[in-house]
Amino acid sequence: MSGTLNQSTDICVGVQQADFDIAQEYNLMREDNQQDGAIVFFTGLVRDFSQGNNVTGLFIEHYPGMTEKALQDIVIEAKQRWPVRRIRVIHRIGQLHLADQIVYVAVSGKHREACFDACRFIMDYLKNQAPFWKKETTEQGDVWVKALQKDKTAMDKWQQK
Amino acid sequence: MITVLFFAQLREQLKAEKFDLSIGLPCTVNDVLAGLIKQNPEWAQFIQSQTLLHAVNQTMVDDKHIVTQDDEIAFFPPVTGG
Repeated sequence: MSGTLNQSTDICVGVQQADFDIAQEYNLMREDNQQDGAIVFFTGLVRDFSQGNNVTGLFIEHYPGMTEKALQDIVIEAKQRWPVRRIRVIHRIGQLHLADQIVYVAVSGKHREACFDACRFIMDYLKNQAPFWKKETTEQGDVWVKALQKDKTAMDKWQQK
Repeated sequence: MITVLFFAQLREQLKAEKFDLSIGLPCTVNDVLAGLIKQNPEWAQFIQSQTLLHAVNQTMVDDKHIVTQDDEIAFFPPVTGG
């Protein structure tokens, strides 16, 4: 297992080169947990198309230290907004290939509504606040991915709620 | 003297991952940006981007944020993780 939940906060955030195992991560959300009735999780993958190019690979740069802090801050805010219990976030860095897993967010809680909302909130904030940068390897050369307005709009919606 | 860090496309454009800047402290993030351009005029076109993000001590801040001795300052393009 690539991480363990903090006993007092039920939070675990990881930034790593290594891949992660969804089955193991799912067990981490379930084990010794008789209080929660729902687990929602999201996984982001490397796909073969992007902003007009054919993608053959992906490199993820990050700001060591700040990435962990930013993810932690986002998770803490989600816990303050919704009655959820366990939260696990993993984001990979370095060289990735097509169909590789990039990011994982899991949220457990008594009821599904709060878990769905918290999971989506964490992804929407991560996309705008966590210092990761994608550089795609394409048939036309390496290209830095551009930030999209739709991701900013998705985050802004939570501030109006 | 403060050390400024650069990441991603900005790091490539400036051909530097960090820069030690002599500047009177405290000052604002904007002053740091102006100081960098003063000492490296060729960086102006990249640093003056409206979309550039700033972090002080690993938290995103606006350009009026006050920088003091021993702060960790970083500039980078909009983030694209996830």
